[in-house]
Amino acid sequence: MTDHERAPIVTLTDAARHFGPVRALDGVSLSVAPGDCIGLVGHNGAGKSTLVNLVNGGLSPSSGSIAFTRGETALQAGVRSVFQELSLCPNLTVAENLRISHTALTGPGWRRRARAEIGASLDTIFPNHGIDADAVVDTLSIAERQMVEIAIGFAPRGTEARLVILDEPTSSLDAGIADQLMAHVKRFCAAGGAVIFISHMLGEVFEVASRIVVLKDGRIVAERQTAKFTRAELVDAMGHVAAEAVESAVAERAFGPEVVSTAQGLRARKGEIVGLSGLAGHGQAAALAKLYLSRSSSWHSRKDPDVVFVAGDRARDGILPLWSILRNISVSVLQQGARWGLVNGGAEARIAAEWKSRIGIRTDNVENPILSLSGGNQQKVLFARALASPAPVVIMDDPMRGVDVGTKQDVYAMIRAEAAKGRTFLWYSTETEEVCQCDRVFVFRNHEISAELTGADISEEKILEASFEMQEAS
Amino acid sequence: MNPLSKPWIWSWLAAAGAFALTLGLTSGRGAGELGYAALSFGAFAAIVGLGQMLVITLGPGNVDLSIPATMTLAATLALKTMGTVEGTAFVGLAVALGVGLAAGFANYMLILLLRLPPIIATLAASLIYQSLAIWSNRGLRIKPPRELADFATGQVMGIPNVAWAGLLLAAVVWVVLERSVWGRWLLATGQNTHAARLAGIPVEMIRAATYLSVAVFASLAGYLLASFSGGAALNMGTEYLLMSIAVVVIGGSSIAGGNSNVPGVWGAALFMFLVVSMLNSYGAGAGVRSVLTGTIIIAIVIAASTRRVRA
Repeated sequence: MTDHERAPIVTLTDAARHFGPVRALDGVSLSVAPGDCIGLVGHNGAGKSTLVNLVNGGLSPSSGSIAFTRGETALQAGVRSVFQELSLCPNLTVAENLRISHTALTGPGWRRRARAEIGASLDTIFPNHGIDADAVVDTLSIAERQMVEIAIGFAPRGTEARLVILDEPTSSLDAGIADQLMAHVKRFCAAGGAVIFISHMLGEVFEVASRIVVLKDGRIVAERQTAKFTRAELVDAMGHVAAEAVESAVAERAFGPEVVSTAQGLRARKGEIVGLSGLAGHGQAAALAKLYLSRSSSWHSRKDPDVVFVAGDRARDGILPLWSILRNISVSVLQQGARWGLVNGGAEARIAAEWKSRIGIRTDNVENPILSLSGGNQQKVLFARALASPAPVVIMDDPMRGVDVGTKQDVYAMIRAEAAKGRTFLWYSTETEEVCQCDRVFVFRNHEISAELTGADISEEKILEASFEMQEAS
Repeated sequence: MNPLSKPWIWSWLAAAGAFALTLGLTSGRGAGELGYAALSFGAFAAIVGLGQMLVITLGPGNVDLSIPATMTLAATLALKTMGTVEGTAFVGLAVALGVGLAAGFANYMLILLLRLPPIIATLAASLIYQSLAIWSNRGLRIKPPRELADFATGQVMGIPNVAWAGLLLAAVVWVVLERSVWGRWLLATGQNTHAARLAGIPVEMIRAATYLSVAVFASLAGYLLASFSGGAALNMGTEYLLMSIAVVVIGGSSIAGGNSNVPGVWGAALFMFLVVSMLNSYGAGAGVRSVLTGTIIIAIVIAASTRRVRA
């Protein structure tokens, strides 16, 4: 460790960060050296995002210290972050977005140089990515945006990237793209870079990390070489005993009459959990949005809505940012208790309190603003909003982005219980594991359904096969 | 709860300050008269401001620039219908509100069918409404029926009747926004229309109802103003274009939508009248008055918005 090359890139000593009475991070010591790939895991609200923001200079510690070996600031030390909440400017092109964090790109011809640099970075990390550097970010799918964001994180940008922080980088990527990213992270670390890898997908953490750090309630509760952890130990350390691998063969149930049938071929019966799968951005989200809009109206609203929607892209499709948690939960069920068109405040508070405990929203008061919650907890609010409504059909557009393992298990159980009571779920997910729990799966390819799988046919292999099949044929 | 964190407090503090400064010159004489005048003239700004507030709450890009023309057209047609005949006040009111509904409907149709941005649609429509007013008025100034003029300039319990109308309307709007399902839907739509639609909110119905409301409020203000000032004039609405937006902003409503503030609109409406009378009584000329009014408005908006960020 005396070798200068092995000197840590960043060292945190007893760093803490408080937001008013909330101890988001409560004294953390950590050092990251070249070649390290640190897997950072913990529940929603454990302090992961706060830790990241301390390391990248977005926040300064309330107490304790952060030292960089090279340079004074995170920027000079070559620390980059790729966020879970996408932070690209939607109205600019891919190349122009690179320019925002690359201030040295000036003078005539900067666009050409930006195109070359971002193109090279994308090619290195995601071969055959098919993203045009001149495409406006607005026109890209959420997976493509995430890829661009990752590529910008690894791009040299005038200096070099020495420590790249990836916060839930794969949550909107499909398996193939995620594998490309894993491979790149390994190459990058082998070449002397460092990565902090945050993910709720423990398989990925085990695959890529050299060392795993577990955060709980703002403290490091375990830090070991990856080889010295087993999956069960890791889940234990995080402090939530996850149910053993869900009984994948869901018991055969009798379903009611068909309640959903679209021109595209999407069908679902009463009480059925229907999965939508395939590579990200192949029309699943569009199909669900179209179904939702066709079954609800912009002109009138019924007390007993036909369908409800759980958004995955929270900021765009779900959260009402100026409101409290309570108002965000109750917005879809306001008409239920209303008399003379006035909101029934008591019923509203009861619903919010019930769902706060049922789904475990981490807050001491549901009157707190929604934006005070971490990303995963905001997602729980959106679940609560939909499940609190009596609608018989629930449409979910990749709703588990950024949700921790324990909560996922709780939500799976809740979905199964609701389905047993006769609700129908349409569930798009980028995680094959989730789709495998469905009663029926539609695999999408190029905005069309390429396969319909039921019962024992639902397996990761079959889904992957159907995702790529038509590509090979053409 | 720190009272200074309420965004509406600033417009009331500003109004109180302007009131005190004006009275400082006369060492307290004429307080009642000044207050009475502020309530009378503030009422018209408050009524159109409440409508504009609802539209601005709908979110970025939503504004109604046809308020002055709608006021003028509604007042002109109502007074023409009444023709100074006794006992026609309610017929006139119905005509005025009918004009408001028609104008609101036309505005919304332009926005919905032609997909024009509201700022263009309402501005273009306002040229048509103004032309209709000119065409039907032909330069005549018809007096309101006697009993209506008496009502508009009269008072109950020391408060001018027009102010009662404005306060009643403010109370209704407050209940709708703070307590009703419809108000929640409006506030949700203003924060993120797409998310609101996906949460099951009938966003087009909300938008239509809001554009109808603002035009009806404008027509009511026009009807009262014409009755108050002894007849409709073609330029009677002019100052209410900027006024309607200024009272919303000074009142502490978010210009980005989704957040509105009823008490602040009344505070700002009083302030807008009081600041002019304050500058008048200090002998400021027209030019100085405009510059100072603008500067003061900017200062209040900054004070109100920085408090909100910290709160």
